[in-house]
Amino acid sequence: MPDLGLEVLWKGKNFVRLLGGLWVALRISLIAAGISVVAGILLGIAASRKHSVSSVVLRIWLSIIHIMPQMVLLFLMYFGTTRAFGWNLSGEAAAVIVFSLWGTAEMADLVRGAVSSIPVIQRESAEALGLKPAQVYRWIILPQAVRRLIPLSINLITRMIKTTSLVTLIGVVEILKVAQQIIEANRKASPNAAFGVYLAIFVMYYLACRPLSLAAKKLEKHWR
Amino acid sequence: MEWDYIQKVLPLYGKAAWLTLRTGTAGILLAALAGLLCAAALHWRIPVLRRITAAYVEISRNTPLLVQLFFIYYGLPKIGIKTDPEACGIIGLAFLGGGYMTEAFRSGVEAVDRIQEESALSLGLTRVQAFRHVILPQAAAISIPAFMANVIFLMKETSVFSAVSLMDLMFTAKDQIGLYYKTAESLFLLVAAYLLILLPLSLLGGLLERRLRHAGFGT
Repeated sequence: MPDLGLEVLWKGKNFVRLLGGLWVALRISLIAAGISVVAGILLGIAASRKHSVSSVVLRIWLSIIHIMPQMVLLFLMYFGTTRAFGWNLSGEAAAVIVFSLWGTAEMADLVRGAVSSIPVIQRESAEALGLKPAQVYRWIILPQAVRRLIPLSINLITRMIKTTSLVTLIGVVEILKVAQQIIEANRKASPNAAFGVYLAIFVMYYLACRPLSLAAKKLEKHWR
Repeated sequence: MEWDYIQKVLPLYGKAAWLTLRTGTAGILLAALAGLLCAAALHWRIPVLRRITAAYVEISRNTPLLVQLFFIYYGLPKIGIKTDPEACGIIGLAFLGGGYMTEAFRSGVEAVDRIQEESALSLGLTRVQAFRHVILPQAAAISIPAFMANVIFLMKETSVFSAVSLMDLMFTAKDQIGLYYKTAESLFLLVAAYLLILLPLSLLGGLLERRLRHAGFGT
């Protein structure tokens, strides 16, 4: 049995430190996800009206976000805007902004898709019964749209959690950075620490994302 | 914007873009191959392989590429599996993409009516022949939108390769910003290079999707 460097995990506060690093990454994705869900629902409802200004805005916004790697968007925010506008932006703040901009557009697109997937006759019938536009949304469209929406938005959050691992590349001290510090500090005592520590991170991300994607799959089947 | 500077470093970005394109294409091709094999294993319900495949798909889809790359590049050498940076990038991308490609092909294979395979088998085709000549051509058409979305997604994912010391576009841009403080020029070249790679792919994806919708008219 080769030395897998797993003992490093239990030495001192290493495991707690790794969990702390994971929390930094998760916190970024949770804040960004919160902003994205709220802003995305509003923008998505506005954009579900064809030929509206918001639908054009969303389309342009989406095409930028779909074509540029998130890493490039992070660079533009972290290096670009700080230089162009002269403000000071921490890596974490830049990440929250980029992921919110990304998530809002994706969420809005999901909302738009869910709302427009509801047959027109639903809206027309409700209007014929004398419901006001706001009431039509509240009582007819949203309850049906939400069922399609929830599994898809859970998947979006899972994607966001995975994508936040990128923030280590703009200098945020999260789980991968903590891992490097731990490996570096234990270079002498356990030379194989890299295997154990990165394996642990692999498992941690899996444990963070798997329940979410499982829930999304279950709900999708349940509501079909 | 200093155009002299841009002209001077253009070859650097060209080299980096070529690296992105080369490793990305190799990774995507391997991912497609892995996805095809996994989809076949799932379709045929091969006893043990099917479980392994299902587990692999879940693992690759529920972990970030960056973590996979770190594990392959820094973790695996400790137990004697060494890779050079470029191979590591390609393997990582193939590992991640294989899971996504499996899902894309699987949904296509599932959409083909069972009677198609049963008819093929009753005509005397072997299971492999039925898969290759009857199911796959029909499934491929259904899978293409998801397949193209995966291709674009994976090409974008190559932007984390700099983490395993590959001198790709992100690495070059960061390097130039650090060395000469040419932020605007570096970011401009970075965006331009990615547009050059990704825009044709995205247009091709849209074109194929429209074509297929056309082909599916009335069904």
